[in-house]
Amino acid sequence: MATLLSTSPAPHIRVKDTVPKIMRDVLIALIPAVIFAVYAFGWNALWLCVIGALSAELIEYGIMRFLRKKKDFRPDGSAAVTGLLLAMNVSASFSWYLLIIGVLVAIGIAKHTYGGIGNNPFNPALIGRVFLVISFPVQMSVWAPLNHAASTLVTSATPLSILKQKGFEEAARQVSLLDMFIGNTQGCLGEVSALALIIGFIFLLWRKRVNPIIPIAYIGTVLLFSSLFFVINPNQFGSPIFHLLGGGLMIGALFMATDMVTSPATMKGAFIYGIGCGIITMLIRLFGALPEGVSFSILIMNACKPLIDKISRPKPFGYVAPEVKKNG
Amino acid sequence: MAILSFIGGIHPPERKELAKGRPIQEIPIPKSVYLFVNQNTGKPPAVSVKKGDSVKTGQKIAEAQGPVSVPLHSPVTGVISDIKKVMHPITQKPEELLVIDSETDQFDFLEPLSDWKAYDKEKSHTLLYERIKEAGIVGLGGATFPSHFKYLEAMKKPVDYVILNGAECEPYLTIDDRMMVEHPAQIVGGLEILLKICGASKGYIGVEDNKPEAFEALKKYANDRIEPALVKTKYPQGGEKQMIYALTKRSVPVGGFPIHIGVIVHNVATAFAIYEAVEKGKPLYERGLTVTGEGIAKPGNLWVRVGTPIQELITYAGGLHSEGGKVILGGPMMGVPIKDLTLPVMKGTSGILVLTPEMVSEINETACINCGRCLMACSLRLEPNYLVKLVKAKKFEEAYKYGVLNCCECGSCAYVCPSKIEHVKHFKLAKKLHATLKGGKK
Repeated sequence: MATLLSTSPAPHIRVKDTVPKIMRDVLIALIPAVIFAVYAFGWNALWLCVIGALSAELIEYGIMRFLRKKKDFRPDGSAAVTGLLLAMNVSASFSWYLLIIGVLVAIGIAKHTYGGIGNNPFNPALIGRVFLVISFPVQMSVWAPLNHAASTLVTSATPLSILKQKGFEEAARQVSLLDMFIGNTQGCLGEVSALALIIGFIFLLWRKRVNPIIPIAYIGTVLLFSSLFFVINPNQFGSPIFHLLGGGLMIGALFMATDMVTSPATMKGAFIYGIGCGIITMLIRLFGALPEGVSFSILIMNACKPLIDKISRPKPFGYVAPEVKKNG
Repeated sequence: MAILSFIGGIHPPERKELAKGRPIQEIPIPKSVYLFVNQNTGKPPAVSVKKGDSVKTGQKIAEAQGPVSVPLHSPVTGVISDIKKVMHPITQKPEELLVIDSETDQFDFLEPLSDWKAYDKEKSHTLLYERIKEAGIVGLGGATFPSHFKYLEAMKKPVDYVILNGAECEPYLTIDDRMMVEHPAQIVGGLEILLKICGASKGYIGVEDNKPEAFEALKKYANDRIEPALVKTKYPQGGEKQMIYALTKRSVPVGGFPIHIGVIVHNVATAFAIYEAVEKGKPLYERGLTVTGEGIAKPGNLWVRVGTPIQELITYAGGLHSEGGKVILGGPMMGVPIKDLTLPVMKGTSGILVLTPEMVSEINETACINCGRCLMACSLRLEPNYLVKLVKAKKFEEAYKYGVLNCCECGSCAYVCPSKIEHVKHFKLAKKLHATLKGGKK
């Protein structure tokens, strides 16, 4: 016998899925939103997306090869997802070198100080975004003008900040719900079009890459919570659909909260996590100083993940409650 | 009626078409058989013959040791030419091996008990029970657990159901399917015997719905006590706990056995062997198995003597397509890979699966991304992702607390894992360690 028979352990057949394939599908799912961003804001949007994804991969490669000295490191695409998501969370007029600083924080600090993929407690893209919001507040709140011909938008503020400053009636007068759904509105380059994000998410669902429980629980909670306050004071709090389509809720609920590493994997855990994200988002939006609360709510729930895991452990098949001993 | 099944599980490619339509063929008796003494779970029997002795086919050559043990019978007529120690593929330890050079068959069977149908309770408990033990019958699905031992308790406790497991959920394997198609009367007869011993009122035969031919064949012999039932084609439908749940909706308690919920499960091939042992007095020395896989020229179902070298089966099936690859005892999900083709068929060998070198890939574990697929796949509702982390961190006590000992090693979690994590390998390690430590404490 010239060639030795392999004796690797069972099971001897496996699915062909790998982590790089999952990451590739997530990147594909984000493409509709990127295309819309190019249509709405021009080529600078694409430029930022490419820089975000590429710099993230390069930074990860550098860290793995030269700082962590992993000679057999193979890029798996997870860094590109982080970089692209971060790029989609800045204005289309944002400067590319500040974006790279954000990516450096996301990959270098939020991901690799914890041990890289699978070990980071917080969503790296969100850490990068929050870092940029806090460090460069001015640049992060200057919105790029919409450049497509169909735009009749007169304002240069996001729907949620109009709501916060001038009330719901004024916001609804300036931006229609249909505009918000399609993306004819102000905001970060990747978050404006709910439609494009939903198309991408349906692709992920079809490829069975994502568990829909988190978005359902998240968005459901937001709708419920905002309905309640809409009844109390419509002008101050805004309508449920307005909250659903405004700001970063769609990209947050569909693509950020569903990051597998930082969210619970059990059905029950995912449900609790989604509800938590929804409640915190609405508390910040309605009562906080900031117009938007998606990033912070997801990061706070990321921190709660170990706790959620602990209370949502599945009961094993055939579980019998330990019998309470009578008479001591 | 909703199709019966369990919760969780996976759908690996079935690949049964390779050997499905091929009738069971008896292969010529090999020149020499190589008989491991340890062929059953529990205590191996003690050899009662020595080098140079002549033995007949069916003659007892090793005595059972204690209750969880069965005797061993010679599969051929001939002379014992050697007794040596060889590495055992299942226990991974050197074990005693008898080499018997074969001549023309002369049979030495037990007394047939052909009037078993008229036995009263006491006779069933003594004669039939003893026969299953004396014929050396073990679970032929692969677990090789001594069959009679299940009735030690069952004769004292009430049993509601005896279930014959004809799911054959392992991909590629087709021998149980063929057995049910070709010998339905004997299988049902075996079930009747088992019902008689434990006094259960109902017998089920669970068949996955990808084997309609087998189901129809069994249905012809069904009666008011014996009911063939279709279950969903899903892995691991043939797991004992999963099969019981599918048919009766009863859950075997954690750490417990089917008998605790009034159920006994056997493989269909075991029922066939039991029928032959009672009706003909034939001890367990031969069995059917599937030789299949992309790496073999002519896949098929063979009827072979225990102790036949695997190389002979492969030669009979047309040889290997290419060098290298993987030869597996059993199916692709739980089978044991072997390096040495001179190893013999054992009582628990339900198949020889040959995979081509292209199908064997180097497995590189990458980091868990917490995707949760293993949670969805686990039919015992464990958390494979969490348990692997605990075992890797050597937090064994916690791993035991969260149920790693309850794992049935079906491999569904590892099958679906995109990070290619070897869950089963880690769990086996934890279980082995537990057995060693607890064994030492006793």
